[in-house]
Amino acid sequence: MRPKRRRLALVVAAMVTLGVAAALVLSAFEDNLVFFNSPSDVVEKRLPPETRFRLGGLVEENSVTKEADGLTTRFRVTDMKHTVNVRYTGMLPDLFREGQGVVTDGRLGPDGVFVASQVLAKHDENYMPPEVADALKKSGHWLPDGQKAKP
Amino acid sequence: MIAETGHFAVILALVVALLQASLPLAGTALRIPAWSALAVPAAVLQFALILLAFGCLMVLYITSDFSVMNVWQNSHSAKPLLYKISGVWGNHEGSLLLWVLILALFGMAVALFGSNLPPSLRTRVLSVQAMIGVGFLGLLVFLSNPFNRIFPAPVDGNGLNPLLQDPGLAFHPPFLYLGYVGFSIAFSFAIAALIEGKVDAAWARWVRPWTLAAWTFLTIGIALGSWWAYYELGWGGWWFWDPVENASFMPWLAGTALLHSAIVVEKRDALKTWTVLLAILTFSLSLLGTFIVRSGLLNSVHAFASDPGRGVFILAFLILVIGGSLALYAVRAPALRAGGLFAPISREGALVFNNLILITALATVFLGTMYPLFLDAITGAKVTVGPPYFNATFAPLMTPLVAVMAFGPLLAWKRADLMGALHRLKFAAAATVVALLGALYFTWGGPVLAVLGFGLGVWVVMGSLVEVVERTRLFRASARDSLNRAIHMPRSVWGSALAHAGVGVFILGAAGALGWESEKLQVMKPGDQVELAGYTFIFDGARPARGPNYDATEGTFRVYRNGELLTVMQAQTRRFANPPMETTEAAIHPTRMGDLFAVVGTPAGDGAYQTRLYRKPLINLLWTGALLMAFGGLVSLSDRRHRVGAPSRRRVEAAGTAAQRA
Repeated sequence: MRPKRRRLALVVAAMVTLGVAAALVLSAFEDNLVFFNSPSDVVEKRLPPETRFRLGGLVEENSVTKEADGLTTRFRVTDMKHTVNVRYTGMLPDLFREGQGVVTDGRLGPDGVFVASQVLAKHDENYMPPEVADALKKSGHWLPDGQKAKP
Repeated sequence: MIAETGHFAVILALVVALLQASLPLAGTALRIPAWSALAVPAAVLQFALILLAFGCLMVLYITSDFSVMNVWQNSHSAKPLLYKISGVWGNHEGSLLLWVLILALFGMAVALFGSNLPPSLRTRVLSVQAMIGVGFLGLLVFLSNPFNRIFPAPVDGNGLNPLLQDPGLAFHPPFLYLGYVGFSIAFSFAIAALIEGKVDAAWARWVRPWTLAAWTFLTIGIALGSWWAYYELGWGGWWFWDPVENASFMPWLAGTALLHSAIVVEKRDALKTWTVLLAILTFSLSLLGTFIVRSGLLNSVHAFASDPGRGVFILAFLILVIGGSLALYAVRAPALRAGGLFAPISREGALVFNNLILITALATVFLGTMYPLFLDAITGAKVTVGPPYFNATFAPLMTPLVAVMAFGPLLAWKRADLMGALHRLKFAAAATVVALLGALYFTWGGPVLAVLGFGLGVWVVMGSLVEVVERTRLFRASARDSLNRAIHMPRSVWGSALAHAGVGVFILGAAGALGWESEKLQVMKPGDQVELAGYTFIFDGARPARGPNYDATEGTFRVYRNGELLTVMQAQTRRFANPPMETTEAAIHPTRMGDLFAVVGTPAGDGAYQTRLYRKPLINLLWTGALLMAFGGLVSLSDRRHRVGAPSRRRVEAAGTAAQRA
């Protein structure tokens, strides 16, 4: 095969691969790009039910209750301005505590309760998820040491 | 005194690195031999100084000297010795010091073992290597000094994050760094070659073993991290497409491509500019991987607290290294003459295909990892790109590559006979069909993708063995003859067959773990029993237990198979005091066909606990496959041709005169 045709074959192969990749990326992006919202965002943006997003904030003090099945937990996520009710069935991460930062992934139900499919584990006591820190800064309740934000 | 010695050693190392980066390079350009001759002793001295500093930090950790800030922040006197040692690199400053230590070690290795390299190339490689060192040592000295004192000295330290107190993780960062930093050699060679304006087979011969070694270490490092996540995080997952995992996976993909394209440079003198570009890309991604983890840009276990000064320094350094090397590439790459021609259906063609797919897959991973960062920087919107994105892009892209992998090595150089190669694979194809039908029969009603993945894995494993079977004339010659042939077969052929088979084994594991897993989540009282995938779990309740630096609640499960007691599994939740933290310790029982995995969660009253039980078929093959890949790398590395390094001087000269005549 002549060099010219060889190069052409290579270019065609590269175009095909990139084209397939671009198509895969675009279709996957459409379904799997998950936005982060704070409780204030949820209230202010009036997000429609069944939208999937990440909800983050602080676990409100005295808001955690267990249901009778022993597996379902209800709690409220707050940014000190607004709160959202959350329901989660499953094991909570080791560092899930009242008054601490949390990020949950799930969908908003028609009754306004956020049904979490995942509660994200944070690995450090002093660690505040950056999204949550930002959300608290926006709502004006950010204290530099993060954990001691008061209602 | 020890801390001051260490600090002083790092400063001296920076000065030596500055000299090594400038004078020898100027010396080769201006033809001043005395300056060029500095490169080798400087590389040795630089390593000795950093080793001294690292030794000092290690002594401070072992003796729990809490007057040093870094030790106070990350260690505790009650910690087991192994974790006092691994605590040295379990933090930002210490891990940087380990990084430069390995960098200097590799630089010294080139200095000492590179006597058969063209002297100007060796000098330039060492100078480029020192430039990288200057960046890191500068960061250490000015912004991340591990030897800072605090006064008055606290009584005890803060302790190391208990999740990191684990033998698997003690060795995860060093292996990862050996991989990342190993690619710096390929990078330095690429930059030196661009300066010289010459890339030839001898160059590739030098780059290949270094790349292979780095790749092997990185493979082990990533596998260790994944294994750790599997048994330590208690979620039963082994790969989360977490940005930090991707940060280590991207250099692996680029390094894998480099490994294969360097073969073409060595054997066929083609793909030269592409290989140089890949070397730059691989190391750039390694740098990005190091810093993405350290910068705190991404939230994960790996993020350490950081200050803005560091972020700016790191960003500037990244731009300088990546931008500078790409600019040099743009100016100098056209000077590299293109080499041999080949038909699309040939060994070279298959390797080009390998590169094309690997780099495209790399691009999709890069996009998914960096997109949230870019979007945040530009619009302030916070998004996450979840694992489904990566599964939906990466897996379909890699499938054709993996399918071709079985017969790529069977193709001849220059122009190959595709039908002949496929014909030689008829047994592999038959085995694949049998495996597909078998898997379909045994998992009827289960996910079809898992069956297809299983078939793909079998195809790769069998295909990789074809060359070995043919070369050793297994089943055709006598056993003795076959054994003899196996021993005398080039190690690199063994290595590639093993590594390729490792990929196949890994795919088998992934198919089993992703497709055929069973899981149950429930509350169990003592005496309760749960059936899962043919196993019966009986919960015996939970009791308090004690470890060296933690208290635990230990839940016990008896597991029965066909009415017979198979094993007793004990899962824990641990509470550490320094720092105050809880961890989940899953109980894992390996069987021949996969793992049983049990987790005990929070109490639910009356002695009942939340429990989570898994049956994970074939999951052990994931790490077996990764180890097999790494083992293949080691075997290939032991090939005589790699040890010889460059061809003998006489042959180079002969080739040179031949080229002049031509």
